[in-house]
Amino acid sequence: MTPAPGQIVGTSPIRKEGRAKVVGAARYVDDIALPGMWYGATVRSTIARGRILSISFPPGVPWDEFTIVTAADIPGENCIVHLAKDHLCLADTFVNHPDEPILLLAHPNKAVLPAAVAAVKIIYEELSGVFTIDESEAPGAPAIWGEDNVFKTYLMNAGDAGDAAVMEEIFRTADFVVEGEYRTGAQEQLYIENNGVIGEYSESDGVTVSGSMQCPFYVVHALELVFNLPAEKCRVIQTETGGAFGGKEDFPSVIGSHAALLAMKCGHPVKICYDRGEDMAGTTKRHPSRTRHRTAVSKDGKLLAGEIDFALDGGAYMTLSPVVLSRGTIHASGPYHWPHLTVRAKAMATNLPPHGAFRGFGAPQSLFAIERHMDKIAKVVGLTPEEIRRRNFLETGGHTATGQHLADKVDMQGLLTRALEVSGYHEKRERFDRENPTATIKRGMGFAAFMHGAGFTGSGERRLNSLVEIELTAEGQPRILVSSTEFGQGTNTILCQVCAQTLGIAYEDVLIAQPDTHRVPNSGPTVASRTAMIVGKLVERASQQMCATLVSAGLTPEDGFRAAAIGYLAEHGALKASARYESPGDIFWDDDKYRGEAYPTYAWAVYVAEVAVDMTTYFPSVTEFHALQEVGKVLHPILAAGQIEGGVAQGIGYAIYEKCVWQKGHMANSQMTNYIMATSADIPPIHVHFEEMPTIHGAFGAKGIGELPMDGPAPAILNAIEHATGVSFTEIPLLPEDIFERMTQTPAGGTEDLEPAIAGPYFSEVGA
Amino acid sequence: MSAITLTINGESKTITAPPMKRLLDVLREDLHLTGTKEGCGEGECGSCSVLMNGELVNSCLVPVLQAAGANVCTIEGVAVEGRLDAVQQCFLEEGGAQCGICTPGMILATHHLLDKYPQPTMAQIQEGLAGNLCRCTGYKRIFNAVESCAKKSHA
Repeated sequence: MTPAPGQIVGTSPIRKEGRAKVVGAARYVDDIALPGMWYGATVRSTIARGRILSISFPPGVPWDEFTIVTAADIPGENCIVHLAKDHLCLADTFVNHPDEPILLLAHPNKAVLPAAVAAVKIIYEELSGVFTIDESEAPGAPAIWGEDNVFKTYLMNAGDAGDAAVMEEIFRTADFVVEGEYRTGAQEQLYIENNGVIGEYSESDGVTVSGSMQCPFYVVHALELVFNLPAEKCRVIQTETGGAFGGKEDFPSVIGSHAALLAMKCGHPVKICYDRGEDMAGTTKRHPSRTRHRTAVSKDGKLLAGEIDFALDGGAYMTLSPVVLSRGTIHASGPYHWPHLTVRAKAMATNLPPHGAFRGFGAPQSLFAIERHMDKIAKVVGLTPEEIRRRNFLETGGHTATGQHLADKVDMQGLLTRALEVSGYHEKRERFDRENPTATIKRGMGFAAFMHGAGFTGSGERRLNSLVEIELTAEGQPRILVSSTEFGQGTNTILCQVCAQTLGIAYEDVLIAQPDTHRVPNSGPTVASRTAMIVGKLVERASQQMCATLVSAGLTPEDGFRAAAIGYLAEHGALKASARYESPGDIFWDDDKYRGEAYPTYAWAVYVAEVAVDMTTYFPSVTEFHALQEVGKVLHPILAAGQIEGGVAQGIGYAIYEKCVWQKGHMANSQMTNYIMATSADIPPIHVHFEEMPTIHGAFGAKGIGELPMDGPAPAILNAIEHATGVSFTEIPLLPEDIFERMTQTPAGGTEDLEPAIAGPYFSEVGA
Repeated sequence: MSAITLTINGESKTITAPPMKRLLDVLREDLHLTGTKEGCGEGECGSCSVLMNGELVNSCLVPVLQAAGANVCTIEGVAVEGRLDAVQQCFLEEGGAQCGICTPGMILATHHLLDKYPQPTMAQIQEGLAGNLCRCTGYKRIFNAVESCAKKSHA
């Protein structure tokens, strides 16, 4: 079982914290009780938008037993800082979304809190709100954020797209102009462990927050402002985290501040763990989106020019919306060459709880649109979905829509060939075409081709300036010190593999510290598919430096690392090696012009879905799934495949199961009973295929893969449903009732003519 | 408050609790067995699964009074003297645990499944684990773990 030293990367050793997890000994925040600990709860707004006129505490509850925190108790700024300072820690005079925190209660007995929360009486003057992108941008809409409800816009121009006359001429003379509008819904991260933290406060040490989170230093940053304390008096510790998927990227700053405020006021540690309903209704989700495409195409299927309008619903506060929008904007063009392309992107405010990070971070939305749109273009031009893509794929040496030169090898043609082969795409497509006309269960094949940028967008990695350290324990074992967190994806394991292989020692001999901001350096947030690639590379470099230090001290680590380490410690007392991010010389990003190297590298993929639609119940299901991707070097085959399979399952849910039902901005189905994710019985066989082309940017050639599998399933599945039913659906989630409505209400009796010449209002032909 | 006696992982325990207190809370709060997790509190996710008289139950839906006299097995009772049992070992080796929060319930569900069907078909595995939600794995590595365990016990 134990891999020999020297062959650790690329094998599948047991996950570092795996044993604690399978015996039930892993300690998640709700498993921890501190002496004298109290429990906290949150009183939230019951309306979407309005003024708070009064807050009262009616008799019947022994209020003197409770600690009550309002905005007035905040020692620093009443603000959860992300990119702007618009997000209040506790609403004071005004609320901007349902379930917005207004005040906090703490009590030694958890059981009395729900009744007390319900008893607090808040009188509002309710004002009208906006709940969708369309409502937010409509003329005459109430201004709920700034003057125009716009958080952020981007304009990305490729080729001569900035020249209106040139674009007009291309669209005027093109053989075809294809238009389409695509929409995606909100999606709940649905980690099985809800958000939870424990806050502590002491005059001498300041604030300590322990809990379930992805980014300890984000929480430090938030606490500094709320408590008006220096960073060294804001300590944050990650406890074992039961799933995150982006849902614990920005939100722990909120709940962490709340618990610490209660702790400061009541003088006890305070634990806040949300229950499922509160977590679903009150915390972030994936941004809903609307994408409009207008594409000029030649008769032979070449993309001539495109206009893409991409809009996200950001919810009531800005939080991370500008960066989500940015990733979505850059991925909106798909893996294709565009001679001329303009992407106009905007994130709009609505009176929903703020939307936040979720695996994929804007890319699943815009890639859904382009990959549905490519199938539409194929239909209009009269080519197959395969052929239209082959004629437009980006290739090695080509340029992305941001002008990034693709120096690393890109082989979308090869990936597509292999994906269609391993999935039996052509044979199945033919068979289904033959069988469907007389079948009550109609089957279809569809695929999506896409890429996902690894690491922070644009100049993000340069700004993060991440630092990794490795120290020696007294026993001569290396211990990795990073703020990069483990929440199931395998951070602990892959970083230890990289270190072990570089130092030439056994995987079991490498330790990794619990992320505690008083103990570990800031290796950046654990987001954006950056850990394996960026942090892994830093661990590799720090390990090399540790070796070099031992060698320069006259020791020979290759003859026995531990002996050399102990020898060094005897002489010098301690050893800590470190590595800081250095931007590769050929990576440059221009934030103003939105041009340049958007990401150090991309992972590339083709996903193929096989679906069945039951024409009696209109129930769609995915019956087989092939996920083929090029991800650089695979560090740990079992963990890597597990990432892809889990992402595909979430993608299937995004496409056909998971629907957030909003009632005036409040999530009406904030329960696992009525927000449906895939169970073991719903999951088709998922086949994962890796192509490996190591990149210089990542540890041992690894690229990031965490988010990639979220991008492809939804468009592949809807493309397959179109093949099965003959109807082009453009919005997810796509539920049986949506299919029923559409197929029974279309005048032509449920079929859409596939002949491009009469495909009707969905495209126009110009100058053909 | 009632005094309720039940057998937990082979040991007889008497606790004093309101009769409607959830078995989940009795396990976690009164007995400090925190390996049993709460995911939804309404019997949908299966994170709080335990074996009660050999049946798989959601301990968030069981009032402790109903467990009086019962034989309850939690994740803490699966490994014997620190030695992983076959199911735990297979979950470890096959990558069946990622974030780990569903894992205790999933392992008990697997025990229940393999008791019923020592050599389960894929359909029986999928059906048998359908009450235990996992958001990380997409279930495939969990299926692999179950299959590997069935194979080992057969060999």
